Amino acid sequence: MGLEQKLGNMGVVTMTLEQAVNWGRTGSMWPMLFGLACCAIEMIGAISAPQNDMSRFGMELMRASPRQSDLMIVAGRVTRKMAPVVRRLYDQMPEPKWVIAMGDCASCGGIFNNYAIVQGVDEIVPVDVYVAGCPPRPEALINGVLTLHEKVKKEKLSTWA
Amino acid sequence: MTTLEQTTQALKAKFGDAIEAIETFRGETTVVVTADKVVEVLKHLRETPALNFRWLADVTAYDDYPEEPRFKVCYQIRNLMEPLNLRVKAAVGGETPTLASCTSVYPAAGWQERELFDMFGITFTGHPDLRRILMPSDWEGHPLRKDYPLGYEEVQFTFNYDAIDKKKPYAKE
Repeated sequence: MGLEQKLGNMGVVTMTLEQAVNWGRTGSMWPMLFGLACCAIEMIGAISAPQNDMSRFGMELMRASPRQSDLMIVAGRVTRKMAPVVRRLYDQMPEPKWVIAMGDCASCGGIFNNYAIVQGVDEIVPVDVYVAGCPPRPEALINGVLTLHEKVKKEKLSTWA
Repeated sequence: MTTLEQTTQALKAKFGDAIEAIETFRGETTVVVTADKVVEVLKHLRETPALNFRWLADVTAYDDYPEEPRFKVCYQIRNLMEPLNLRVKAAVGGETPTLASCTSVYPAAGWQERELFDMFGITFTGHPDLRRILMPSDWEGHPLRKDYPLGYEEVQFTFNYDAIDKKKPYAKE
């Protein structure tokens, strides 16, 4: 990889296992490929449009299977009928896993304060980061993802090992 | 050639008292029929060659709560040859309203009647597969009824944030 030449005479780099693992997790966080409503369009724009290009953060890959994904971006309103499906997808994801509630509807129900919509996806899955906006711009979603990365970097070895 | 005028006159002549009213409003004609004769009227409109209303465009309903009978079921039918638009309307009431299914006349009514059953709780007798179509199968109540509670959660402001937060069912791991 050319890393040996660049390192020169440094020899060995030392860091804690905690830092190494957290760094690895932030660098290859794969979101699950699903969208529930209009926020999904902005999510697609954030992930694959060239002007935003999430692959800069190791996230260009959306996995269609929950078994291969680490991050669930709940993009859009969750109906009462959809809620068990979302929860099942979350349960099928392997540990470690994180959830971003993208947009007002996923965060708190948004403008849909009625019988059919779950008032915040945190009623069915534990949420790490809330992204405000209706819908949030791709930059806002990327900011949310980077906020999550900061959170992951602070995770303690004692909590997951 | 048939016109809407001739159609409504033909219905009046054939069904007499079963036709409760014929209303025209802004070019739309509505035939109000007693609930027990709806299927017969629709069958006549569809099968008679001179009338030829062969396309069922929509079946829908609305709730006139607290008027009784409160539910008005509307069949929107169309003669594609002329072309003509006609609305056939019937009123049903009570806590468990019942109406004969018109799937034997218009097979396309199947899912529409399921939606009415789901949203208004109107039971269509003779329907081949009457179950909920939009809401989850274990849902209680019928959301489009006027006496169904609309809101779900009080809006959080700074003064009541904690009170609502306490009641909110957060997910466990």
